[in-house]
Amino acid sequence: MESGDLTAANKRIVTRLAVVVLAMFGFGFALVPLYDVFCDITGINGKTGRIAAEEALGQEVDENRLVTVEFLASVNSELPWEFRPLVKKIRVHPGEVTEVNYFASNRTGNTVAGQAIPSLAPGVAAKYFNKTECFCFTRQTLGPHEGKNMPLRFVVDPELPEEVRTVSLSYTFYPAQDAAPAETISMEQGKLDSIL
Amino acid sequence: MSTATTHDEHHHGAPSGIMRWITTTNHKDIGTLYLWFAFIMFLVGGAMAMVIRAELFQPGLQIVDPNFFNTMTTMHGLLMVFGAIMPAMVGLANWQVPLMIGAPDMALPRMNNWSFWILPFAGIMLVSTLFMEGGGPNFGWTFYAPLSTTFAPKSTDFFIFAVHMLGFSSIMGAINIIATVLNMRAPGMTLMKMPLFVWTWFITAFLLIAVMPVLAGVVTMMLTDRNFGTSFFSAAGGGDPVLFQHVFWFFGHPEVYIMILPAFGVISQIIPTFARKKLFGYSSMVYATASIAFLSFIVWAHHMFTTGMPVAGELYFMYATMMIAVPTAVKVFNWTATMWRGSMTFETPMLWAVSFVFLFTIGGFTGLMMGVAPVDMQYHDTYFIVAHFHYVLVTGALFAIFGAVYYWIPKWTGHMYDEKLGKIHFWWSAISVNVLFFPQHFIGLAGMPRRIPDYSLQFADWNMISSLGGFAFGLAQLFFLYIIIKTIKGGEKATTQVWEDAEGLEWTVPSPAPYHTFATAPEVR
Repeated sequence: MESGDLTAANKRIVTRLAVVVLAMFGFGFALVPLYDVFCDITGINGKTGRIAAEEALGQEVDENRLVTVEFLASVNSELPWEFRPLVKKIRVHPGEVTEVNYFASNRTGNTVAGQAIPSLAPGVAAKYFNKTECFCFTRQTLGPHEGKNMPLRFVVDPELPEEVRTVSLSYTFYPAQDAAPAETISMEQGKLDSIL
Repeated sequence: MSTATTHDEHHHGAPSGIMRWITTTNHKDIGTLYLWFAFIMFLVGGAMAMVIRAELFQPGLQIVDPNFFNTMTTMHGLLMVFGAIMPAMVGLANWQVPLMIGAPDMALPRMNNWSFWILPFAGIMLVSTLFMEGGGPNFGWTFYAPLSTTFAPKSTDFFIFAVHMLGFSSIMGAINIIATVLNMRAPGMTLMKMPLFVWTWFITAFLLIAVMPVLAGVVTMMLTDRNFGTSFFSAAGGGDPVLFQHVFWFFGHPEVYIMILPAFGVISQIIPTFARKKLFGYSSMVYATASIAFLSFIVWAHHMFTTGMPVAGELYFMYATMMIAVPTAVKVFNWTATMWRGSMTFETPMLWAVSFVFLFTIGGFTGLMMGVAPVDMQYHDTYFIVAHFHYVLVTGALFAIFGAVYYWIPKWTGHMYDEKLGKIHFWWSAISVNVLFFPQHFIGLAGMPRRIPDYSLQFADWNMISSLGGFAFGLAQLFFLYIIIKTIKGGEKATTQVWEDAEGLEWTVPSPAPYHTFATAPEVR
């Protein structure tokens, strides 16, 4: 190969490989939404679903079956709140819209905002557990020493696999990230809404 | 394809002084630099391993505090992977690939200079974290979030930039190797005539280009999570720490093949020479290497069986992992078949190569065991894992590097190494490394967790034996340094061919290889 040809050939290879490098760098980031979409479709990440109230009421109630729903609560160590479910567990028919309450109170003298993140076990049940209303849909703000009930309305999809008799729903309250720049929060909120 | 003209025709000898090494674009100089850098990092990382083994010599905390112990395990892993094994392999490639395909130099010599000279800065930056407030990285070489984000020491940002730089270096090195192999081969050197070391490096280079950017991506996400309020790996902001493991292992699994494929290549060069037979099943070796490289992209979550994956996922990753055993077995079979009825002699390089086949296969089998999802629940994060990956990386990749150095050092220096000392180094290392790592299988199966500075009493005996093996193995490597220096300084003159009946273009140039070789391309039949 002539020296000029060689330089051109080398340039071609470097350009092509550089494109691959950039594409793979992008792919690393693309894994983030792909992961969420994948978990959303398969429901394997304990991330519960959200449906409209009308849709929930339209579901047929399966009177022959009872599912135990357990409620758990925890608070991130950086959030000075008390947080607990008012009922520890209930038995519901699939298709039946049920409302329960959690209770949260602020133990400090300042106004503090928090965000609850749900997780459902077993993971396979997550996509059959839908909420029409939840305190986790938005961030919650509590004034100094304020305490309030946090409502949650949910319905278990009648399609829930037979072998699942008990599901455990846990919420962890985290401090809402005020320090983050405005765009980041709105992006995160958008992302949260699509997940919750 | 003619390679008669080169970029650096205008100078013919090596310029003198330190500037020779800083400004060099010569593949042999750069290969030498890489190899020395790797050796220094190997000794630094090895010293850290000595701290680890000294602390684990007895139960209880006696020498270092737990945080420093964690820093040692982390830095040992990082330095050995990114500072020692990978640069050593790149150094071998720099020296040997042009010599083996009849090229005058690498395709992009200036970039070659860059890809080396980034390394020392990245290495210094990484090691400097040890002296920073709050200590160095202490979250394990796999730097799982949130340990490496929310709970990490301040110095983690330096670690992140060091990884970025190491990534740049590897990517440039890989691009260079691909361009060299595609554009610089001597006339007649078709792809399927290339020596296997060149083939394995060619495939490794593609792996590097595919996954190093993903590593750069994941550390960038860590950086923004730590400093700019994003929540890729923080559940509080809608992210997910398990996502970190997926992205990391998407890089991490191909990475382990990046470290072992060039080793396969080295072994495929050494065994035919000392068995005095052609490599058995050349083309199956090439295809096996390519299949291993492909499979490495679709098995990553076998590192994550205990994260609560659904059964379907575990089954998929389990079967996909098992599949890698097939091409690997092809390679082991071919090496054995090459030795079968060969006129074997056991010079030092061959000893390393034969022990590689035996000991790497032990590591491969334990890998197969932990690929079985249900039993991996027991092995996960125990010393069994530590034993496994040290068998594949120390008696695998590192032994291949030792073999390669003994095999090619007569060509590099023009002197034969001292055969007797080489054999002592081999037996000393081969015995002590098994004393060091074999007992770790037992204590791992008995339940000793990795990355913990203290352990319960029932693990005491094997840990002490393991530590003794560790100290002996460490000392053996200082002896290796002595052998290398002795060989550089003098020794029996090496002939052009060096080894009886050795085949390949590198054995057609004089020993030591002149500063410029193949200015006129050789003819390959």
